[in-house]
Formats: sequence, structure tokens, C-alpha cells
Amino acid sequence: MANDKTQEPLLTVRGLRIEGKSEDQWNEIVKGVDLTLHRGEVLGLIGESGAGKSTVGLASMGFTRDGCRISGGEITFDGIDLRNASAADKRGLLGKRIAYVAQSAAASFNPAHKLIDQYSEAPVVHSVMSRADAEADAVDLYRRMQLPDPEQIGFRYPHQVSGGQLQRAMTAMAMSCRPDLIIFDEPTTALDVTTQIEVLAAIRDIVEQFNTAAIYITHDLAVVAQMADRIKVLLKGEEVEEADTRCMLSTPKEDYTKSLWAVRSHARPEQPKPEGETPVVSVRNVTAGYGKVDVLQDVSFDIHKRRTVAVVGESGSGKSTTARVITGLLTPRRGEVLFDGETLPADYRSRSRDQLRQAQMIYQMADTALNPKLTIRELIGRPAQMYLGLKGKALEDRVKDLLNLIELEPEHYIDRLPSELSGGQKQRIGIARALAAEPKFIICDEVTSALDQLVAEGILKLLDRLQEQFDLAYMFITHDLATVRAIADEVVVMQQGRVVEQGVKSEMFQPPHHPYTELLLSSVPEMDPDWLSDLLASRAAK
Amino acid sequence: MSFLMTLFWVVATALGALALGWLFRAVLVLATPANMARELRKAPLTASFGMLVILIYVVVALFAPLIAPFAESEVVGRQYQQWDSTYLLGTDNLGRDMLTRMIYGARNTVGIAFATTALAFFVGSILGLLAAVVGGWLDQFLSRVVDILMAIPSLIFSLLLLTIFGTSVVSLILVIATIDATRVFRLARSVAQGIVVMDYIEAAKLRGEGLWHLVTREVLPNAMAPLVAEFGLRFCFVFLAISALSFLGLGIQPPTADWGSMVRDNATLITFGDITPLLPAGAIALLTVAVNFVVDWQLHRASGLKE
Repeated sequence: MANDKTQEPLLTVRGLRIEGKSEDQWNEIVKGVDLTLHRGEVLGLIGESGAGKSTVGLASMGFTRDGCRISGGEITFDGIDLRNASAADKRGLLGKRIAYVAQSAAASFNPAHKLIDQYSEAPVVHSVMSRADAEADAVDLYRRMQLPDPEQIGFRYPHQVSGGQLQRAMTAMAMSCRPDLIIFDEPTTALDVTTQIEVLAAIRDIVEQFNTAAIYITHDLAVVAQMADRIKVLLKGEEVEEADTRCMLSTPKEDYTKSLWAVRSHARPEQPKPEGETPVVSVRNVTAGYGKVDVLQDVSFDIHKRRTVAVVGESGSGKSTTARVITGLLTPRRGEVLFDGETLPADYRSRSRDQLRQAQMIYQMADTALNPKLTIRELIGRPAQMYLGLKGKALEDRVKDLLNLIELEPEHYIDRLPSELSGGQKQRIGIARALAAEPKFIICDEVTSALDQLVAEGILKLLDRLQEQFDLAYMFITHDLATVRAIADEVVVMQQGRVVEQGVKSEMFQPPHHPYTELLLSSVPEMDPDWLSDLLASRAAK
Repeated sequence: MSFLMTLFWVVATALGALALGWLFRAVLVLATPANMARELRKAPLTASFGMLVILIYVVVALFAPLIAPFAESEVVGRQYQQWDSTYLLGTDNLGRDMLTRMIYGARNTVGIAFATTALAFFVGSILGLLAAVVGGWLDQFLSRVVDILMAIPSLIFSLLLLTIFGTSVVSLILVIATIDATRVFRLARSVAQGIVVMDYIEAAKLRGEGLWHLVTREVLPNAMAPLVAEFGLRFCFVFLAISALSFLGLGIQPPTADWGSMVRDNATLITFGDITPLLPAGAIALLTVAVNFVVDWQLHRASGLKE
């Protein structure tokens, strides 16, 4: 851990400036960042997307993405000037003394080679070990990373291993040459909370065992609190502040840091449960699946007017399949979906235009949910034109009203393409498109999980306000319990296609819990830097 | 020395072409409305040279009767006359003016090749997109039919069809377009299959959009970039196909001027060191290169590739 600072630092970055090219112009995206890292120390880099975290992380390896260049400052790794090092010199260092673990292990492994072949590549190329030694070493590291069946797992292909295991195999691979420095770029962001814990624990152990220095990049404060000795906060390419983890958590100095810390406090008062009112949507005993496998088994729940039902569970629990049944994309084998007390046709093709209009959907990835070749005017205008028959001036006014509702300046945005918007703005357009149909019910499928906390907060507040204004019913699919706490009235917990527990939020967050709910709840990282150690200790004790 | 001279001419030609491109771009920027001019200013010199060449070909093809010194199939002199002030590029194997034939050839060959490619793309991409969007039995049916058509070697198949339907210009266009449409179908279908799984297509389906809207508004704009690139390539292949068929006597029929058959008719001159028969071939090559310069630029723009 944070050991004596008297020795030479392993990595020093001074006044780092990086420029990125867009529209034929060089814009500064990192504006003079300093960084010092000693052996065996873990530095957490946090900030919103676009803050320059990953760019700084990559630059610590002397590397920039295509279309970027280092325009100033110096990068010294163990006495070597990385900024001016030749490509051959860098090749000798990267993989051997400096390693990198990317956000998506699934995208970073070559799908055509076995894990152990990819593990052995770096040690053999750098002549650190023979092939046979490297394979023996791989098994040892797989065991240390607590991968199941360490002797055999290396002989699988990446697609035969789960996401959490793959991320651990990636970390093991980065360790293969026993590097002095590892850059972790959001290694757990794509994982479920329950898997995230295992990966975090494994990474922390192995970094400690080999006394490796690490830069841990993330946007999740609670995660960085578990991993880092020191935390550096970045905003728009500039350092906001840096301090020891405990200091930073207890007494943040800058306003921006305080605002990051405050994010999780948003909570909406729970709506009283209506009595005797027909639910807007009612899912009755639905069993559905693909091929011969039943993904959903006997799922039932109701959603009332002006209420938000959060459906939670890890990936593969059937949350999104439930949404597909409600929208009519998947025909259930048994059971039915009622809308305002009337049975909806199982297939969306047999539903009337009005039935389609009443239930809208907002997607997780606004990038793929908005046609990249259509302007905002066309994207939002289309439902209004189709369902409400608006044309010309009336249509334009409606689009402008909707843009005002989602707090985007109509004059500025109406003729833009989705690629000219930020992630949060795109998600707002997704919301406006759903609203344009004037629905009664909206399915929100992980709408905030691809967004930064501050942006996500804004989206949640917007959704809340719209619910008040238009009496909407929401079905909110999420794996993030902090979001559930913020916006839900009722919670449905799903595991392996079954509803294991459901009820109003205030009851759900009080014990006693179903064991699975307990597991989910206890897996959500907390700001306390001792949380992970305590949790692992208490689970080991059971 | 002669090697150095050749090198000099090659470099001079390339520089000249780029200079022409630069000049043409400057003119275009001045002549077009502001938002188009902004795009054009960013066009590489190769692309503006390509646009200039295409423009010249189009003008020549449209105004052939006004530009050409003689009539298309008029015998004006002895056969194989040298280049002189009356017959700027000499005469061909029947004593027709070579320059006149070249100019009319632009009209016939380019016109037919363009019509054929456009038809092939219209039919092929619509069917390909439909197959991907609708899926199921329609996809199976169309794809298997295309497989069968593609299984027959294209040259033999076109010879067969042309023998059956006769060698008029219309049947030539239809036959080559049919065969080329199968290749376009394949491309359009595979590109569209990557698009139809996107969330915005699901959203459009759940909105209750009709098939036509799905294909033309949601899928087609996103499939444009690879289709445009393929258009440039296909256009050149169609040229070659027409020339090959003409060479075999089933393409454009005499006395209609056509660059492909002009090469064949005058091929004997090459033996005597005369480059005249290579001029029509050069015209084809120049247009091919020009089209691909422009297509590359468009592709670069549409895909947002960084260099």
C-alpha cells in the first residue's frame, strides 16, 4: 500500500497536454495534468466521460489514440522519457513493464485464440519465460485470481467464459510479465454488481501480492474508494483535486467534488399505493422463452398510473425479456398482458395503432436507439405525425414543445443529427420520442446505465417531473439499486426468470430479505473505503 | 534517357491532373451555394479531378452530335489513315473518323454502362433490403434464386440470355443488369442485416411503421456508404462486361460506336507501333479511375473515417 515516499517515484507526469483533432482543428483535451505514482501505489482517476481520464491513462504508457497527439509536458517512467521514446523502445516496455486492462474484456480478447495462448504471448515475445513456463504460470495466476477450474479454464475460448471471469483472465494476462505498472480502464463498469465484487477483490489482492503500481480509472466513486490509495478528480482535462482516499471521502475541498459526492442523495417520495384502481399494465402468469428454453417462468406484476415499478436483477435474469413480452416482440407460451384491463394481442403486429401508441419504450443505448441519419426534427416528429396526424406548422410546434420539455433549446437542436449530441442529450431525445406519442406507459430499459452519474441524475429528475405532469406509469428495468432507491415506488426482484420478491420500495429495503435480494443489496459498493474488506470478511464468516 | 523521359511525363501528367483538380475545385466552390461549397472545399484534389473528368465525359456524351466533326458511321476516307489536320486521330479499319467514333462511343458506352449499373442497383438494393427487413421465407426465396443465378458463370449466362432475347441495346442492359443485381443484392442484404438488429429498427417496428418506411427511411440511409462504394466498382465491371460481349459479337452492334469494339476492330495497328487503338481503352481507364476517386471521397465522408 502507500509505502515510503522517499524512494524515486515510478511514474511522473508533468504538465501533460494532449490535443485531439476534430473538424480539422486541434483542440486541447488534456490541459496540463501532473501525476506521480510510487511503486506499489494505486491511484484512482475519476471524472465524467470526456474528462480525459482514459486519455491520461493511455498517455502514462506513452500512447495516444488515433487523432490525438501529446502537445506538451513530460512522461517519465522509471527514468525513461516515454514521450520521446522510440517505437521499438516502447514496444520493449509495453506488456512487459507496463500493462493495460481495458473496459470490455469481451472486446479486447481475440475471439479466435484460447485464453492461455493469449496469456503466453507477451512473456514469450518479451523473452521473459518459455512457452511451457508461461502456461504453468498462467494456471498459478488463474488460481490466484480465483477463477474456477484454473488448470482447464485457459484452454477455453473467450466466448466460453462469463464476463466476470473474462475480466479476471484479462487482469491475469496483464500480470503475466509481472509489470511495474498496470492501467485499469473501467474494468468493472460493464459487469453486474454481484460479479463486480469478485473482480474487485481479485484485482485488489493481486496488485497487493506483487506490489504493482496501478492507475485505476472509473466514474464510480464507491468503486474507487475500495481500490485506490489516492484519488485524483479530473474535469474537462484539468485536475480538480487530489488527496488520500480517506481524506477525499471525508473532506472534499472543491465544489465539483462535493457535487459528485452528493449525487446519490436524490430520492423521490414514494407514491401511496392506489386501492381498487385498474392497473395500467398487468402482466399475468407469463411464461416465455426462446427455442426450447423458458427464460421467464410464471411472471406476474401490476403497474399503476403515476407509479414506477423497478424490475431488478443481474443480467440473464429475464428483465429485458419481460419488456419484450409487454411490447409484443416476443409471444409468451402461457399467460397474458392486460392494458387498462383489456387483453393485449400477444404479437405487436396484431395490435392497433392506438395500442402501440399507449406503450412506449426508452432504450439503454441511445446511440443504437436513434437512427444516426435522421435529424432530431424527424426523430421526434415521426411519432407525432403518425399517431396524432400533425403536419407542417403544428408538427414543428409540437417538436419544439417536446424539446422544451426535455430542456433542450429548440432553435439549437432541432436540425442536428444524433452524432452531434452528447450521451445525456441523446437519451433526452429518446425520452422526447416516447413522449411524442402521448403514451400512458413507458418502459425504461436501463436508461441511465450508460451515463455518468451527474447526467444520469438529470435524466432521473426529468423522468420524475414528466411522470407528475402526464400521469405516466413507468416500468424501470435496471441492475443499479441506487437508481431503484431514487425513483421506484414498487420493486420486482427477478432471478433466473422468476420473480423472487416484490413489494413497495419502503418494505423492500427493510429486512428481512429474500436471500437473493440480500445478495444484490449487499453487493452495491458503498463510499466507505473499508466496505469491500468488511463485506468479504462477513461473507467468508457465513 | 528514354526511361527518364517516361518518368518525367508520368510525373508531369500526375501534377497536371492535380493542378486541374485544384483549379476545378476553386471554380466549383465559387459556383455552388455556401453549405455545399464548405464540403467541396474539403474535397481532396483527386476527387475534384475525378469530378472534372466525369463532367467532361457527360458534356461530350450529351452534345456528341455538336462536337463530333463527322457523322457516327460515315466513311470519310481510306482505312487506317495517319493523324492529320482533317482526321485528328486518323481513321479506323473502315475509314471512319476515329475522333468522331470516340465521341459517340462516350455516349453509347457510358450511357449503357450507367443505365445498366443504375438499374442493377435499384433492383438489387431494394430486393436485398427487403430480404433483410422481412426475413423468413421471402429472404429464403430471394437468396436461393440469387444463389442459383450466381452459380452460373456470368459470361456464359449473359451469352445464353443474349442469344435467346436477341442483341438489342435494351436486352443488353436488362441482361447485364439482372446478372449484376445479384451481386448488389448480396451486398445490400448483408449490410442491412447488420442494421435491422439495431434498436432504432425495433423502435420503428413497435411504432407500427410500414415496410416501405422501414426500408427507405430507416435502413437505406444507413446502408448508403457501402452501396455507393460498390457502385463505383460495379460501374467499371459493367464496362468490362459490355466490352467483352462486344468483342464476342453479342454486345453493342455495329455500326454503333463503342469503345470496347473499337479496340478489337483496330487491334492490328498495335503491331505497327501505332497507339490509336489504345485510345478507347485509355478512355475507359480514365473514366474508371475518375469514378473511383469520387466514390472514395464520398465513402470517406460517409463513414467518417480518420486518416
